[in-house]
Amino acid sequence: MRPKRQRLLIVITGLVFIGAAIGFALFALNEELDVFRSPSQVADEGFPEGKRFRVGGLVEDGSVSSAGIVTTFRVTDGANSLTISYNKILPDLFREGQGVIALGTLNAGGTFEAQEVLAKHDENYMPPEVADALKKSGHFKPEGGDS
Amino acid sequence: MAPELGQYALVLAILVATVQAIVPQIGAYRRDAAWMGVAPVAARAQFLLVLFAFGCLMTSFIASDFSVVNVFENSHSLKPLIYKISGVWGNHEGSLLLWILILTLFGAAVAQFGQNLPPTLQARVLSVQAMIGVGFLAFILFTSNPFARLDPAPFEGAGLNPLLQDPALAIHPPFLYLGYVGLSVAFSFAVAALIEGRVDPAWARWVRPWTLAAWCCLTAGIALGSYWAYYELGWGGWWFWDPVENASFMPWLAATALLHSSIVVEKRDALKSWTVLLAILAFSLSLLGTFLVRSGVLNSVHAFASDPARGVFILAFLVFVVGGSLTLYAIRAPSLKGGGLFRPISREGTLVLNNLLLSTACFTVLLGTLYPLFLDAVAEEKVSVGPPYFNAVFVPLMTPLIAALAIGPMLAWKRGDLAGVMGRLKFVAAIAVLVGLGMAWYAWNVMPLAVLGFALVAWLALGVVREWAERVRLFRWDIVDSWRRATGLPRASYGMSMAHLGVALTVFGITASEAWQEEKQVFMRPGDVQTVSDFELTFVGAERLPGPNYSALAGTFAVTRNGQPVTILQPEARTFTNPPMETTEAAIRTTLAGDLYTVVGEGDGQGGYAVRLYYKPMVIWIWLGTLAMMIGGMISLSDRRHRIGAPARKQADTAGRDRDSGALAAAGAGD
Repeated sequence: MRPKRQRLLIVITGLVFIGAAIGFALFALNEELDVFRSPSQVADEGFPEGKRFRVGGLVEDGSVSSAGIVTTFRVTDGANSLTISYNKILPDLFREGQGVIALGTLNAGGTFEAQEVLAKHDENYMPPEVADALKKSGHFKPEGGDS
Repeated sequence: MAPELGQYALVLAILVATVQAIVPQIGAYRRDAAWMGVAPVAARAQFLLVLFAFGCLMTSFIASDFSVVNVFENSHSLKPLIYKISGVWGNHEGSLLLWILILTLFGAAVAQFGQNLPPTLQARVLSVQAMIGVGFLAFILFTSNPFARLDPAPFEGAGLNPLLQDPALAIHPPFLYLGYVGLSVAFSFAVAALIEGRVDPAWARWVRPWTLAAWCCLTAGIALGSYWAYYELGWGGWWFWDPVENASFMPWLAATALLHSSIVVEKRDALKSWTVLLAILAFSLSLLGTFLVRSGVLNSVHAFASDPARGVFILAFLVFVVGGSLTLYAIRAPSLKGGGLFRPISREGTLVLNNLLLSTACFTVLLGTLYPLFLDAVAEEKVSVGPPYFNAVFVPLMTPLIAALAIGPMLAWKRGDLAGVMGRLKFVAAIAVLVGLGMAWYAWNVMPLAVLGFALVAWLALGVVREWAERVRLFRWDIVDSWRRATGLPRASYGMSMAHLGVALTVFGITASEAWQEEKQVFMRPGDVQTVSDFELTFVGAERLPGPNYSALAGTFAVTRNGQPVTILQPEARTFTNPPMETTEAAIRTTLAGDLYTVVGEGDGQGGYAVRLYYKPMVIWIWLGTLAMMIGGMISLSDRRHRIGAPARKQADTAGRDRDSGALAAAGAGD
């Protein structure tokens, strides 16, 4: 009896433990998940103010302006665009026409305040989310965007 | 000529591997010594063939033979020699070849050092090892030939991604692969043991050195990758919970759990089927990591190629290996007899807790890594899981792990006396509480978690010292006796203390650098001064400088503290032409007390530049801690008991060991 009970005890403790951990992890996952929205989706459906999400598209030509360290630019998926402001140094490969992804929140004025802007390391690279959003809005040009 | 020879060698290698996979397996089944004898010979031959192929590819890279597609795409004649060599594995095909080279190296090592294994076990281990080899050789020959030719040959190569032109990154993949692939030995031993239907303490003793060696290399590989990200990416971060980092972290967590559970098998003949399962899972996670990184499912700097055919091949292989080994496990595991009994409060009990926490941590990383892929596939919803999730799950999992880390080694096997141990740890606990209170007063408003972090560091570091002091009976008898005991302790015990201290150091570095990091992202003109921590940084200016294969925008900061000059920092923003790319070269002043980290960015055309300035206190301790863990692993590996081949003296040794541990147990220790 003893060895069986011991093994049972270990297995039950383990299962309870792992169950609790998975429950907690799923909870945290739900809380901390960042969804992706294209500028068109934001324009059509909006997004709760102050909740963090990711938005991406091409940096609109002629939309980049900076005042000191704060840069303001618009990302577009061809159909709609969204104004983004960022108060840190932009990544090396940030430039007009490039696919970027920003993580941040919408403010009351409808501007997206980015905490993080990602442009990938390779100049031919386009984030898959951005490529997808462009395809949906019918503005995908493969020559600039194969990864 | 060299590429064709290399190709031939690979074809021969896959033939040899096929023979090695089949013949010794049948030989072991029929107890036919001649058939089993094929295994070691084939393993050595396979290694030499793959080594030859690897040499051929390296020759092509060094000679800049651009008629080879792989060389053309990843090298350039003007590149420094070291990066021509590291270019061999800085791409998909070459890195796979390195993978296989290391796999066959381990196979040959088992043939060489495992001469004292029971012949059937050795034959089966090498056979399983060869099955993995066949899979990967087929993968490279059919989907990723590194020797494919180009006609006509171009005059110049496309160059290596400049981010990868870095000394740490030149050696990061080999270490990581030594770790990943090293786990294949533990896997092969596990599968062989399941086929044999026998797992005993001797088996654990044979597996342990290979797991330890793989673990050390994996630790080194991950630490190098993280240090590279810290100084090369220019964001000041050292861990991003990027899926590719997770891909290497999951096998590490599993291997760490395996290291600890195999101790229980070795000492107490318990937890056998769990240990076998862990060995299978650890290598499966290595394969999963390879799949995630190589298939292009994840886009990152590591995704050299996104070819669906490759992804499908690795996925099929993964399903075959994981599915096959788990099926075998399901059939055979029930026949593994449970061994020594133990109470929940005992050394075994804490090692079980360690395993539960580590494997749960591993699972949560897996969940966070795969969930976005899953959601994308089922619901077409693009999501990302970032650091907040991982921080939220890791802190509650690592806290009890570290708390138990100080207690576990002091508990006796079988039946521990928790009250007694806590009694002996009361000073340590008191100091940890004091540190916690001090920190609560000093740092509560900065970061409440820092309080917990420092209390745990104090608890663990002093606990490790206390445990050692107990073993040598420091201050209890005379110092001469303590010295005699200290020199008499097995190296494995010093290895353990060292590695556990390493954990304390790493947690210390993480906590301090997260709590008191200072960051400034500002625009500076020549003559502007910014204060970071207690340093004053004067921006002297920035200029364009030519480099060997890039041109750099170099900024200059004069750093002073209390008016006294400290140093000059010159961060650069480099623009490469082959391939066209830009990279950030941070200038860092590293001291044990903290790093001053500067980055220069774009100018506004009127003499002003965007700059990033950080002060990161104690950040170097993160890597010093991992170094300590690795050294701990190596010390443990050098222990007489773990020396590869030591099981030869199994009979005589067991007697000796029993006497040793008897003596130590009498001294209130026991390892």
